[in-house]
Amino acid sequence: MEPPERPSRGTFAPWDEPAAQPLVLFDGVTKRFGAETAVSDLTLAVYEREFFALLGPSGCGKSTLMRMLAGFETPSAGRVLLAGQDLAGMPPHVRPVNMMFQSYALFPHMSVEKNIAFGLEMDGRPRDEVGARVAEALRMVKLEGLAGRRPHQLSGGQRQRVALARALVKRPKLLLLDEPLGALDRKLREETQFELMALQERLGLTFIIVTHDQDEAMTMATRIAVMDKGRIAQVGTPAVIYEAPATRHVAGFIGEINLVEGTVSGCDGRRVTVATAVGDLTVADAADSVAVGQAVAVAWRPEKTRIVRAGEAISNGRAVISGTVHDIGYLGGRTTYHVDVTGLRLKAAVANAARSVERPIGTGEAVKLAVAPDALLLLVR
Amino acid sequence: MTSQRSRFLDATALTLGFAFLYLPIVILVIFSFNASQLVTVWGGFSTRWYAAIWQNRQLMDAAWMTVQVAAASAAFATLVGTLAALALTRYVRFRGRTLFSGLVYAPIVMPEVITGLSLLLLFVSLGIDRGFWTVTVAHATFTCGFVAVVVQSRLVTFDRSLEEAAADLGAAPAHVFTRVTLPIIAPAVVAGFLLAFTLSLDDLVIASFTTGPGSTTLPMRIYSQVRLGVTPEINAISTLMIATVTVLVIAASLATKRSAAAR
Repeated sequence: MEPPERPSRGTFAPWDEPAAQPLVLFDGVTKRFGAETAVSDLTLAVYEREFFALLGPSGCGKSTLMRMLAGFETPSAGRVLLAGQDLAGMPPHVRPVNMMFQSYALFPHMSVEKNIAFGLEMDGRPRDEVGARVAEALRMVKLEGLAGRRPHQLSGGQRQRVALARALVKRPKLLLLDEPLGALDRKLREETQFELMALQERLGLTFIIVTHDQDEAMTMATRIAVMDKGRIAQVGTPAVIYEAPATRHVAGFIGEINLVEGTVSGCDGRRVTVATAVGDLTVADAADSVAVGQAVAVAWRPEKTRIVRAGEAISNGRAVISGTVHDIGYLGGRTTYHVDVTGLRLKAAVANAARSVERPIGTGEAVKLAVAPDALLLLVR
Repeated sequence: MTSQRSRFLDATALTLGFAFLYLPIVILVIFSFNASQLVTVWGGFSTRWYAAIWQNRQLMDAAWMTVQVAAASAAFATLVGTLAALALTRYVRFRGRTLFSGLVYAPIVMPEVITGLSLLLLFVSLGIDRGFWTVTVAHATFTCGFVAVVVQSRLVTFDRSLEEAAADLGAAPAHVFTRVTLPIIAPAVVAGFLLAFTLSLDDLVIASFTTGPGSTTLPMRIYSQVRLGVTPEINAISTLMIATVTVLVIAASLATKRSAAAR
């Protein structure tokens, strides 16, 4: 039988359907630890079969949010609902949610097999069913030969797989992953990212992942919630988060960005002109409505910037900023130019499409940076 | 040259130190194999005094009593000490925590004479007949603090996410404790039990205060016999006690090491 497939990411968008019921709903949730507020009046919906990422720096409240879902913390205010049911007062061991811990939390006194069987045994499953499902879980994470090993006899990557198998063997409605790849080295992490995505699609499960790694979130997630100081700064698909960040914090946290502060000097519908230290910049399509005189920021991505020598011509309609090359970072696939412009340092990233350039731009050269108006973002918050 | 000399000095200091600590014990062990009736005169090798112990009814009764007291008091102290350690590590803040930890550890530093005397006063004022149970309770009182220390040292490094993982996988709190917490801290609990057993085994002071007729422990029996003169039999039974204590202490330290290795 063919496993059910999640519709491709282009059409899978339950968050845009008003009738869709969320699987998880945080409804005005606040969590205080003593005088400290870890999560502040937060509302968030996650839909079935999503691969949802909670992204933010450490201490932003993302782990607290997940621990409230698993039942290890109780909200100070607000409700947490799973499939429409309020989870208040439900202890962790009866919640139909499983969690993969950052430290993996494998039981050191049990074999791999026993670790995976633990959850099924606690449910009182008959012995032959436990055996069959454990074997299936071991196959799923490709650890068939290691059933009898103890956790300390495994490599980091193998432990990660055992933790994943143990969390998945109970077929939870919802799997929570707390920094699941944090302890792996980079190459293994990238491989595992794709394995996790494939697994999630094949099993048709809902994953919520906590991570501080933006690449991880961008690669795996259907949607990302960027968190900052206990609040959600923005929720959206990776493309929306990257191309249309809502705040300065989101813009700076995801990828590299050039950010220039200024004041609104002209306003014509969604076309906004901002006076900045590097000259007037006109944003073609501002997301927020602003008034003349308002303090705002204009931002753009380095890879959407063209860089040419000071003498060369640039096609009309682009914002042009003159400066001097301070530094050049060659990264193989692309080259990043750091350009000094009246006390600011702006970045331009150029894809290295050809193997060699006749006369490359060097350090100290006078250059012009050009950005198309539709690549400029207006950030109010 | 200097390093050789300092090595010689080190060796001498070490020898003297160990001699100071263990020579008396070695002499006792040697003389337990003395064929002569006189304790201080060597009359050739013999194990006759070990055979004689078996015939000495009083000594054997006292030894059996001591083992029973040690086992019962160690079991009780292990239960109470482990619970105390759990309370102290798991509930970082509760009313009277400082007082509680003080009360748990006080018997460790309390002079034994005071512990013994105060327990005697308690038993007398409550009108309890002194005997097996009073010694057992008294020993559990002063050994449970040691158990608490040993178990607590294991619990502070215990990864709480293991318990959370167990709960997350559907284990109710009682199952979390029996299936995950207890098996992982078991070596420390065993070490605590062995330590309590050993402490009870060689206690003289508290036992003399809290025991009654018919419940004489081995250290008390030895002490009272020695007052009439040291016999080779006493050397033999003491050697057996030393052997028992040594084995138990080694077992306890192995258990602690295993618990450290399992981390």
